[in-house]
Amino acid sequence: MKAREAARLRPVPLAVTALVLAAALLAALLIGPAGLPAGGVVKALADRLPFVHVDSGLAPVDRNVLFELRLPRVLLGAVVGGLLAVAGAAYQGVFRNPLADPYLLGAAAGAGVGATLVIVVMSDRPTFAVPLAAFAGAVAGVALAYGLGSTARRGGGSGTATLVLAGVAVSSFLASVQAFLQQAKAEELQRIYSWILGGLTLADWPTLAMIAPYAAVAVATLLLHGRLLDVLSVGDEEAAALGLSASRVRLTVLAAASLATACAVAVSGLIGFVGVVVPHVVRRLAGGSYRIVLPLSLLGGAAFLTVADLVGRTVVAPGELPLGVVTAFVGGPFFVAVLRAVRGEVDT
Amino acid sequence: MTVTVRGLDVDLEGRPVLRDVSLEAPAGTWTAVIGPNGAGKSTLLRAILGLRRPRRGTVSVAGADPWALPPRRRARLVAYAPQNPNLPPGMTVFDYTLLGRSPYIPHLGRESARDRAVATEVLERLDLVGLAARPLDRLSGGERQRVVLARALAQQAPVLVLDEPTTALDIGHQQQVMELVDRLRRDDGLTVLTTIHDLTLAGQYADALVLLSRGRVAASGPPGEVLTGEAVGAHFGARVHVAPGPDGRPVVSLERSCGPR
Repeated sequence: MKAREAARLRPVPLAVTALVLAAALLAALLIGPAGLPAGGVVKALADRLPFVHVDSGLAPVDRNVLFELRLPRVLLGAVVGGLLAVAGAAYQGVFRNPLADPYLLGAAAGAGVGATLVIVVMSDRPTFAVPLAAFAGAVAGVALAYGLGSTARRGGGSGTATLVLAGVAVSSFLASVQAFLQQAKAEELQRIYSWILGGLTLADWPTLAMIAPYAAVAVATLLLHGRLLDVLSVGDEEAAALGLSASRVRLTVLAAASLATACAVAVSGLIGFVGVVVPHVVRRLAGGSYRIVLPLSLLGGAAFLTVADLVGRTVVAPGELPLGVVTAFVGGPFFVAVLRAVRGEVDT
Repeated sequence: MTVTVRGLDVDLEGRPVLRDVSLEAPAGTWTAVIGPNGAGKSTLLRAILGLRRPRRGTVSVAGADPWALPPRRRARLVAYAPQNPNLPPGMTVFDYTLLGRSPYIPHLGRESARDRAVATEVLERLDLVGLAARPLDRLSGGERQRVVLARALAQQAPVLVLDEPTTALDIGHQQQVMELVDRLRRDDGLTVLTTIHDLTLAGQYADALVLLSRGRVAASGPPGEVLTGEAVGAHFGARVHVAPGPDGRPVVSLERSCGPR
C-alpha cells in the first residue's frame, strides 16, 4: 500500500473559499450609497495593480469615494473578520472547546477596556499604543475567564459550558469597568459608544496600517501551529507522552490569538460570534484538522464580515446597523445550534 | 531497553501515592503491574513515562531519567497507550496514527514521506489499513484499542507502556490485543510494561508480575510466585482459587461463599 496523505488543506476548498472572499469583497466595493458605476470601479481597481494601466473613467470625486472610503472600510472589515475567526479557531484548539470565541471568553471585552483606557487617556487620534493596550486587556480577560472556569470546575461543574459561563461573567464585569471609564470621560462618550457596538465607520488607511504589523505576526504564528493544535487535541498528558510540551504551545497560541483579537477589537469594537460561526462551518464542510480550520477560518471570516458589513449598511440605508448587531443576529441562533450539536460530544 | 525503578516515592497533591517502589524490566520482557484499585498502578506508569516527578528514588529507561529528558527524546524512548485515550471526533485513523510521529517532526514542521510510510506500515501490521480513512468516532471498542496501539507503535520507541489495554473488551478482543502485543514484543524486542486488572490474563502473558498494594510493592517475580491465593486474598480482599493451568501458568478463579446446594 502506498503511503497515504495526511489531513491537509487541499487546493479545492482553499480555492473555493478564496473565490467566495473575492466575490464578497467585490460586491462590497460595488454597492454603496454613492452609486459608483460597476465597470468604472473594476477598472479603477485594476489600474492600481502593478503593470496594469486602464482608464477607469471615474470622476475624481468617485475615485475618492472608492479609495478613501469604500476600499479601506471593506479591507478593514475583511481583516477584522479574518482575525476574529482565526482567533476563535485557535482558542477552540487551545481549550479543546468548540464554543470558545474571543467575544465569549472575555478576550474581546478585555481588549475593549485596554483600548478604551488608551483612548480616554491619550484622547487624540488612536495611536500605535491602542492595539498593544488592547492586547494586554485581551490576555488579562482570557486569563481571568480561564482561571475562573477552572476554579468553578474543581467545585463540581465541568467542561465546555463552565468556561463559556466564566467568560460571560468576566465580559460583563469588564463591560462595567468600561462603562465607568466612559462616564469618567463624558466628552468621549459618543465616540466610544459607537465603537463598542462594533463598526467599521472609522476605517481609513492609517487605521489599517496601525494594526497591520501586529495582525501579520499573530496570523503567521497561528497558521504555523496547526499541526501542534492537532496533537494537543488528544489532551495535555497524551501530548506530553508524544513529546510535545503542551504548556509552551498553549501559551504561544493563546498569545497570538489574543493579539489577533486585540487588533480586531482596537479598530472595530466588540463584534461577537464570528469566532464561533466561521470555524464551525469550516469544520463541517472541510474537516476538523487545525491545518484546515485555521487558514480557511481566516478567509471565511473575512468573507463573512465583509458580507455582514454590506448587509449592515444597506438594509436600513441611509442609516447603518452596527456590525455587532448583524453578527449577533446571525450568530446567536447559530451558537445555540452549535451548543446542541456538541452536547453529545463534550460534557457540559 | 531495560527499565529500572529504584526506591521510588511519588506524591500527588501532597498525598503519598507510591512508596519505595522498585522494579526491573529487562529488555524484551513483559512486566505486568497488578493491584487493587487505587494502589498507584497508573501513577507508576506515568512516573516511568516521565510525566510524574519522583519525590525520591530513581527511574531509569535505557540508562536515562525520563523526567529529565527533553520531551521529544523521551517520546522516542517510551511510547504510551493510555487507559482512556482522548479520541478527537472526526480525526481519521491514519491521522491519529501519524500523531505518533510527533517526536520526529520538527516543532513547527510537517510530516515527511518517511513519517507517512511508518504510519502506513504500522497500520498494515495491525490489520487496520481498511480503516485508515475512518473517523475515530466510528470505531468499535476493539478497533479503538488497536488504533491507540497503532499510534504508540508509530513512535518506534523500544519501551511500550500500556495502561489497561484490555479494559472494556470482550474475551475474544482481549486475546487479540494481548497476542498482538506479545507478537510485537517478540518481533521488535520491545520492553512492555502494562497495568492489567485480569489476573489470569496478566499471569498468562507477562514474564514478571509486580503486585502493588497501597503504593508499595507487595510481591514481585514470576506469575506462579506472585499469584497465590493468600496474596490475592490479602491485597484484593477476594477469595480465590489459584491452580496451575495446562501450561503451568496460574489460573485465578473466584470462589463463591455458599456453594450450590
